[in-house]
Amino acid sequence: MNRPHSFTEYIFLTAAVCSGLLTAAVFIFLFIFSLPLLQNGQLTDLLLSSWAPDKGMYGIYPMLSTSLTLACLSLAISFPVSLGCSFVITALAPARLRRFLLSMVRLMTGIPTVVYSFAALFLLVPFMRNILGQGSGMCILTAAPVLALLIAPTMIIFFVGSFEKVPRSSTLAVDALGGSEIQKLLYVMIPLAWPGILNGLLLGFGRAMGDTMISLMLAGNSASPLNSLTQSARSLTSHIALVMAFDFDSMEFKSIFVCGLVLYIFTAILMLLLRMSTLCFSGKR
Amino acid sequence: MKKGFHMLSLIGATALFLLFSITGGAAASDLAPFAEQEGALRVAGGTAHIPVMKEAAKQIIQSNPKIQISIAGGGSGLGIKQAGEGLIDIGNAGRKPTDEEISKYDLKLFKWAIDGVGAVVHPENSVKSLSSVQLQDIYSEKISNWKELGGTDRQINLYTRDEASGTRKVFWKKALSKGEISAKANVVISNGAMKTAVAGDPFAIGYISVGHMDPSVTPIALDGVAPNLDTVRSGEYKVARGLYSLSKGEPSGLAKLFLDFIFSPSGQKIVAEKGFIPVR
Repeated sequence: MNRPHSFTEYIFLTAAVCSGLLTAAVFIFLFIFSLPLLQNGQLTDLLLSSWAPDKGMYGIYPMLSTSLTLACLSLAISFPVSLGCSFVITALAPARLRRFLLSMVRLMTGIPTVVYSFAALFLLVPFMRNILGQGSGMCILTAAPVLALLIAPTMIIFFVGSFEKVPRSSTLAVDALGGSEIQKLLYVMIPLAWPGILNGLLLGFGRAMGDTMISLMLAGNSASPLNSLTQSARSLTSHIALVMAFDFDSMEFKSIFVCGLVLYIFTAILMLLLRMSTLCFSGKR
Repeated sequence: MKKGFHMLSLIGATALFLLFSITGGAAASDLAPFAEQEGALRVAGGTAHIPVMKEAAKQIIQSNPKIQISIAGGGSGLGIKQAGEGLIDIGNAGRKPTDEEISKYDLKLFKWAIDGVGAVVHPENSVKSLSSVQLQDIYSEKISNWKELGGTDRQINLYTRDEASGTRKVFWKKALSKGEISAKANVVISNGAMKTAVAGDPFAIGYISVGHMDPSVTPIALDGVAPNLDTVRSGEYKVARGLYSLSKGEPSGLAKLFLDFIFSPSGQKIVAEKGFIPVR
């Protein structure tokens, strides 16, 4: 890299370094505050036991498993839908419809999650309660589709972007050979756009893990260990939101720093995977 | 979300005033001290307090638009903590802070109302009365079907509040005799959210402040005593608590004026109108 020489470049450099340091500072902050718990060798206890403050148990296992299940399930719903949407937007729809669809998707990225959860609270929750025939209707199965709706636009935009980067020469070659649009997508575009698809997938997963409002309002927030998808459950993020109100000195409050740390580390590992996968794939070509 | 809502309703209340310029019911003399004031007052904490806080704030803002009052929820735990840390001017709590909390933060307590906490069910539920033992069994999951209580053959959907809630603490101590609350219960984060949840779920049982009860939910008579203003006032209904506002050290400025207003005849009238029992 060239050494920066203009004033503007220095400003940008400082901004970049500062934001990088801030991210590190958040990690250090979380780490220092969870240190008392980690030093007592309670980490495995915390990660693997359940949450019962009355009995002196501050484990986050139920929340961790809920977060992971919820994220995976919503991704499983959202991924095929998003992939299909991006096919339609890139190739299958007439040009005018494509532009309309893409602007709709862009609009969707801006909708706050509380709006989704609020609508689902009055529409989806009673519906699920009737269908399931038991329980309150607030469960992972209710939260997952809404979460899928939330992460879909991010993934669609990413997918469309990577499809558009497929060299025109390749797609023209398919046309020249008389291949159909579907064949073009399946045998040329997907293999070539694969790294971008993976990136979008990981980004969607990260968003699903990190969202608070949807699981807080729709999943029921029960802290009992996860046994079924139709049971009320609490995600890591809602757990932090629910326990925030405790006294600073209480064990409950201290334990949420570990929650934060776990969330941070999970997201960091994901981003690392993302970078590595991108490097890996681009290295091959 | 909760905070957002309350801010919204506060903005809504102010907007309503600007549109219709309703002259509030407060006696002018109680609002007189606010005449020359301006500035901002931050109130947060217990969610049972919110209707009274909002109405008081509305009347004060109507009398003097230069004063800004923000009211947020968060629960009693948050009210005590944030008031103690000096993050807000007035913290609300639906339980008495512990001696430890009072001495650590140098909190001054202002108890301005008495409130009951009662179990509620959906209006369509045929079960309207329970014994204490039955209620304890429901919350510890020994009874898990409405059929066992003479209702329909459906699983009981338990609703509870987060552990920092004062309403939860009082209900747990006085209605459940410190019995277990099942970990499988759904957790909601305010009195308002509890009412919405129970009003929308025909097989639910939850508990809210008596001041928050309205026809959208049916109160459950506990050992034959229905939770309402009269039974709480007479002491017949035992699950009651004080509603407190807290300040760090002696309140000053707007915080003091605000608390004085709550204790004034106009303020106590609001307390009664919102379904609580005034202390004066």
